[in-house]
Amino acid sequence: MIRFEAVSKHFPDGTKAVDGLTFRAPTGQITVLVGPSGCGKTTSLRMINRMIQPTSGRILIDGRDTSTMDETELRRGIGYVIQHAGLFPHRTIVANIATVPILLGWNKRKARARAFELLERVGLPASFAKRYPAQLSGGEQQRVGVARALAADPPVMLMDEPFSAVDPVVREQLQDEFLRLQGDLGKTIVFVTHDIDEAIKLGDQVAVLRTGGHLAQLADPAYLLAHPVDDFVADFVGKDRGYRALSFQASPHFALAQERTVPLGATPAQAAGAARGGWILVVDEGRRPLGWIEPDRLTGPIQPEMLARGGTVATVGGPLRNVLDAALSSPSRRGVVVDDQGVVLGTLRAHEVLAEIEDRARPELQDEAVPPAGGDRPDEESQQGEESQQGQSGRPNGGARRVDSAGSADSAQPSEESPA
Amino acid sequence: MTWLPDHLGEVLSLTVRHTYLAGVPLILGLLIALPLGWLARRYRGLYPILIIGTGLLYTIPSLALFIMLPLLLGTKILDPANVVIAMTIYTIALLVRTVADGLGSVPDAVNQSATAMGYRRGRRFLSVELPLAVPVISAGLRVAAVSNVSIVSVATLIGVQQLGSLFTDGFNRAFMEPIIVGVVACVLLALVFDGVILGATRLATPWQRAGKAPS
Ligand SMILES: Nc1ncnc2c1ncn2[C@@H]1O[C@H](COP(=O)(O)OP(=O)(O)O)[C@@H](O)[C@H]1O
Ligand SMILES: [Mg+2]
Repeated sequence: MIRFEAVSKHFPDGTKAVDGLTFRAPTGQITVLVGPSGCGKTTSLRMINRMIQPTSGRILIDGRDTSTMDETELRRGIGYVIQHAGLFPHRTIVANIATVPILLGWNKRKARARAFELLERVGLPASFAKRYPAQLSGGEQQRVGVARALAADPPVMLMDEPFSAVDPVVREQLQDEFLRLQGDLGKTIVFVTHDIDEAIKLGDQVAVLRTGGHLAQLADPAYLLAHPVDDFVADFVGKDRGYRALSFQASPHFALAQERTVPLGATPAQAAGAARGGWILVVDEGRRPLGWIEPDRLTGPIQPEMLARGGTVATVGGPLRNVLDAALSSPSRRGVVVDDQGVVLGTLRAHEVLAEIEDRARPELQDEAVPPAGGDRPDEESQQGEESQQGQSGRPNGGARRVDSAGSADSAQPSEESPA
Repeated sequence: MTWLPDHLGEVLSLTVRHTYLAGVPLILGLLIALPLGWLARRYRGLYPILIIGTGLLYTIPSLALFIMLPLLLGTKILDPANVVIAMTIYTIALLVRTVADGLGSVPDAVNQSATAMGYRRGRRFLSVELPLAVPVISAGLRVAAVSNVSIVSVATLIGVQQLGSLFTDGFNRAFMEPIIVGVVACVLLALVFDGVILGATRLATPWQRAGKAPS
C-alpha cells in the first residue's frame, strides 16, 4: 500500500503543484489520479519514486517512509510507464525490456529470457525482439513500455498517461489488455490520466484532483458517478454520468425473447417468412450475429453488404450499459445478447432493461465525511496484511462487442489532446 | 614527376608524424571535452562560461600558441609535445559545445525514464546519454579532425616535422612538386580521418539506420 500523508510540493517559482494531499493506494489495486491539465498529477506521481522531492509531508510504501530509502533502490522496485513510452532509441526491444533486470545484476541470459517472456505477455511477437523502438508503432511502443516496467516484477507501478498518445481504437485495446494483465498480476498501481472515461474504466478507486493539487474526491467509480461531492467533480465526471454508471452494474438473468435467424444467402422469401416486426437477424454459420435486414427491401439472396450493422451486441452477464446500448442501437429495436462464444442467445427490448434499472438501488450515499474507498483509517498501519488481497474490483466481465465499427457501446470518445 | 618516387620514404614518415600530431590530440581533446560538456549541461550556470571560454581558445593564433606553450609549460621549443598540447586545446575548443549540444539532444523523456528505472547519474551518462549523443558529437569530431590536419602544418615554423615541412621545403627552393605532394597528402589524410570517424559512428549507432515503423 502507498500512503500520502499531507504531501505538498511548492516549486521554487512559487507554484503550488500539490497541496496537503492525503490518500492511500491499496495493495493490488489500481488507483487513478485524474484531473484537469496542470492539477499536479504528474508531480504527485513523481514524488512516489522521488523523482521530485516533496516540500512537506510523507509518502510511505508498505509502511516505510520513502525518504529514508535509497533513491535508486526505491526506483528499481517501482515500474514506471510514461506517455510515448520513453523507450531507449539506441537499444533493441529486448534490451529495453531487460533494462531493470540488468541494473539489478541479473545475468544476461536470464534477463533476456525474462524479456522474451514479457514481450509475449504484452501481446507482441518474438520477432520484434531485435527491432529498435523507432521501428514500432506508437501503440506497440507503449506495450514495450509496459513490458519494460514489469520486467523485474515490481510490486508497485506508476503510470503517467500511458495511453493518451495513441488513437482511440488502439487506446481501448491497450486499456482492455492492461486490465486483463492486472487481473493476473495484481500490482499496486497509481495511474495518472486527464481522461475521466479512462479513469472510470480502469480505476478500482478514482482520486479527482482539482487545480492546485487538492484532492476533491476519492471513491470507487460507481460511487463517484452516483455521488459527486461538489460541482467541480460533477462537471468533471460529465453529463452522461447516469448512463455511464450502468457500466458498473452487471445485468441479471434476463428472460430473452427467442429470435429467428437466417444465414447469408437466404432468399427474400425465406427471410420474409422468418421476419418479426419487419426485421430479421442474419447470422454466420456459427450463429454469431452479422447484422439486421428488412426482407421487404430484398431483391435477391442476402449479401453481406446489404446488412444494417448499426446494432451493438451485448454479452450475457455483462454490464447493464451494454445491454441497454444493444437495444437502443438495434435497427429492429431488439438488442442482441450473445454467450461468451458470441453465439446468439436471444433479444431484449429497451423497456425491459429500463425496468430492471429502475428496480436497482443506487450506491448508498456514505454519510462519513471521508470518501469510502480511500479514507484515512488511523489503525491501518497495523492491518496491512488485510490489504494484500488481489485487487479484483466488482467490474462486470465482458464488454459489448460490436457488429460494426461505428456503434461501440463502450466509451471510445476521442479525448482532447493530452497535456504535456 | 621524379621527386615523389625518390622521396617516398620521407613523405611516408612525414605522413605518419602528421597523423600522430593531428590524431592523438583529437582523442585527448574528445576525452577532456566529454566531462566538460557534461558539466556545461549539468550546471546551467557553467554553460556560458565553458562554451564561451573554450570557444575563445580557438581564436588564439596557432603560431602564437606553439611559441607560448614552451614558456608556459617549460618544455623545449622543439618538443612535439607542444604541438600535441596545442592541438588538444583546439580540439577541446571545438568539442565542448558539441558534446553539450549532443547531450542536450537526448530526449527528456528518455532521461526521465532512465532515472525512473534506477540508473545512477554516472551509469546513465555512459549507457544512455553518451550513446544517444554520438551522432551530434561525431559531426563535431569530423570538423575538428579536418581542422587539426590543417593547423598542424603550421608547426613547421617552430621546427616540428610533419607534412607541412614539404611546403616550406618547396617554398624555400621555389619548387612546386613537394608543395603539391604535401597538399594532396594533407587532403587524403583528412579524408581518411573523416572515413574512420564515419565508420566508427556507423558501428556505434546501428539504431540510426534501422528503418521507420511500417505503420
Ligand atoms: N519543475 C517545475 N517548476 C515549476 N513549476 C512546475 C514544475 N513542474 C510542474 N510545475 C507546475 O506544477 C503544476 C502541476 O504540474 P503537473 O504535476 O505536471 O500537472 P499535471 O500532470 O496534472 O498536468 C503546473 O502548474 C506546472 O506548471
Ligand atoms: Mg502530467
